[in-house]
Amino acid sequence: MELLKEKWPGKIAEITIGATNAEGGTRASKITVGGETTLPFLFHEGDMPNMPRIAMEVLDTEPVDWPEVLKKPFGDALKDPAKWAVKCQDEFKAEIICVKLAGTHPDFGNKSAEDSAKLIKDVLQAVKVPLIILGSGDDEKDNIVLSKVSQAAKGERCLLGDATEKNYKTLTASCLADGHNIIAESPIDINIAKQANILISEMGFPLDKIVINPTIGALGYGMEYAYSIMERARYAALIDDKMLSMPFIAFIGQEAWRAKEAKTLFSQAPEWGEEESRGILWEASTAACMLQAGADILVMRHPKAVDVTRGYIGKLMGNK
Amino acid sequence: MALSGLGIYKLLPKTNCKDCGFPTCLAFAMQLAAKKVALDKCPHVSETAKKSLESAAEPPIKLITVGVGEAKLEVGNETVMFRHEEKFYHPTGIGFSIEDTLSEDDMKKSIDEIKKLNFERVGQKIEVNLISVLCKSGDGNKFANAVKLVLAASDLPLALVTDDAQVMKIGLEETKGKAPLICRATKENFKEMAGLSKEYKAPLVVSAPSLEELEALIKNVNTEGVRDLVLDTGKKGLPEKIWDFTQMRKLALKKSFRTFGYPVIAFVESTNPLEEAIEATTYVAKYASIVVMKGRNPWQVLPILTARQNIYTDPQKPLQVEPKIYEIGQVTDKSPVLITTNFSLTYYTVEGEVESSKVPAFIVTCDSEGMSVLTAWAADKFTAETIAQSFEKLGLKDKVKHNEVILPGYVSVLSGKLEEESGKKVIVGPREASGIPVFLRNLSK
Repeated sequence: MELLKEKWPGKIAEITIGATNAEGGTRASKITVGGETTLPFLFHEGDMPNMPRIAMEVLDTEPVDWPEVLKKPFGDALKDPAKWAVKCQDEFKAEIICVKLAGTHPDFGNKSAEDSAKLIKDVLQAVKVPLIILGSGDDEKDNIVLSKVSQAAKGERCLLGDATEKNYKTLTASCLADGHNIIAESPIDINIAKQANILISEMGFPLDKIVINPTIGALGYGMEYAYSIMERARYAALIDDKMLSMPFIAFIGQEAWRAKEAKTLFSQAPEWGEEESRGILWEASTAACMLQAGADILVMRHPKAVDVTRGYIGKLMGNK
Repeated sequence: MALSGLGIYKLLPKTNCKDCGFPTCLAFAMQLAAKKVALDKCPHVSETAKKSLESAAEPPIKLITVGVGEAKLEVGNETVMFRHEEKFYHPTGIGFSIEDTLSEDDMKKSIDEIKKLNFERVGQKIEVNLISVLCKSGDGNKFANAVKLVLAASDLPLALVTDDAQVMKIGLEETKGKAPLICRATKENFKEMAGLSKEYKAPLVVSAPSLEELEALIKNVNTEGVRDLVLDTGKKGLPEKIWDFTQMRKLALKKSFRTFGYPVIAFVESTNPLEEAIEATTYVAKYASIVVMKGRNPWQVLPILTARQNIYTDPQKPLQVEPKIYEIGQVTDKSPVLITTNFSLTYYTVEGEVESSKVPAFIVTCDSEGMSVLTAWAADKFTAETIAQSFEKLGLKDKVKHNEVILPGYVSVLSGKLEEESGKKVIVGPREASGIPVFLRNLSK
């Protein structure tokens, strides 16, 4: 018997988040993801030179809909984004912090672009790890907020998002001007994912600074749709479709913690078992599935889920 | 893999005798390839040709059945590497290991816990499938007692686990006619284990530490006349397991390599309960047909069964619910009416939120061919016209006396048109189902 080893002509782009002093930023570390020349974890067919990484999520507003088991590890830090980020970095060993400016949304706080820019400066001061910065998802407001924020973080080589097929010009221009990477979002659709990448690159944006957000669902809530879209996109990339050859970012935490199975109290569903481990595992299981589909950056919430997933990545990479 | 018409033609007598009812051997071969006639229409075909044609008609990965009756576990017969190419057919069997060294009480308690591991999600039952009895004692009588106890307490199929063929035989005596999974044949014991597999008509796990050694062992076991196999590559790291499983599946499907054309089994090694669960989920995603684990906390098993449900869903056929007017709670003719689509995930998410709001309500599921609200709207399957028709067809006017309906916030653009089409007063509801409880409670104030 002869093994059947694929030889892939394609390669996923390598993107680096965070700029050190020498590179014009102020980060103590930088993180590189991507660069795969194989389907996930098939090391006899190709290489995964950079392991998948976990970013911990920090919100600009104290979360209102988080269950108790998710709030508990952070305590009062949830009220102060900079403190929250420090806790993630120092206590929970986060390698990347993902700040979501949810409170800038016109319906959920309507915080100003200036306040957001200041907040990002504070977080950049407070932590030394690279940043991912997200808008609220309101196109108009994001264009105002993210331009300011991008300037405030100029030279730090952050990862900013999300650009969509319908709303990418302002963010692409900002990222280009201020030296950031960009997240291109698509609604679980491989064609739109590709289209968004083409549109962004047509503005002169380098392909090795784009990350694909395929839009995922939690385990049990449409996970399999994203799973298959990611498998298809990664396959296309490896047979050398340059417009899909970008690393994936998967927003695990925000999806997993919306699931009923993650947040229902033990008293309301005793047949599902103890609630804290259940929530943590729902998040970690969603992460595990997305890693098998090719995710490169996981944005997560619960420190214990982060810890378990980090251990799992270590095992998958053969602890190398 | 199936042969082409020309491939079959080469095996036929090529005499064009027409005894099969077709003008030429080639025409007959084409019909055979299309599975429109059976080979026995040709009275002259040689025995060798018959054998190769029969084996070519076999599925590339054999279907294996563990256990008997309603709870039997069928695995294998998979046809693709990626679920988007077609679908995965036979969901991974999830099994739980019980050791024969446990006290009788502990064993009963364990079995009770395993029996509780079934849940309902999006209208489907998701259940565990197997109890694996491990002979840790090395004592045939202890093993037999454990097997008896499990059989008395549960209908789930069994796996019997010991490398000692004598002990295995004692266990198999207790499970006659129940087709348990014999676990396992190694290069040391394969003759005896193969004999037991034949004698007791039970499928056999074949285990070797590398693909090369496994290939040799399977061939040996096949030579013994045993072909109901499940494959194992032993203890090793996670990426090595993924590599083995992927290679075996690929060789069976892409190279028609029959030696690996059997379902595979994985034994979860992690001992930390969280790690154990995600290891099991990994095997579910990566081609394992049976996964055996120890932990049986419901919070560990629910995500594994959910991952299995997700991965094994037919990507071409989204799960759907029947288009109808669902009644949640003690509804009256004054209860609010929510509109959504008949995509299972959408419906059950809405249903869950309506339930948790404690406000009795009707949910009208319009037939959107199983698409979610936004997708159906974009595809013109969820329009003012189709929604208004659903009200008519499903008899909404017989259920409620008021004239208000609640439309999902994402399709608020439909509200004007829907008022025109249906004559109802349309209230725009929240975009996400998670907003429903607050919305309904405010509405009822």
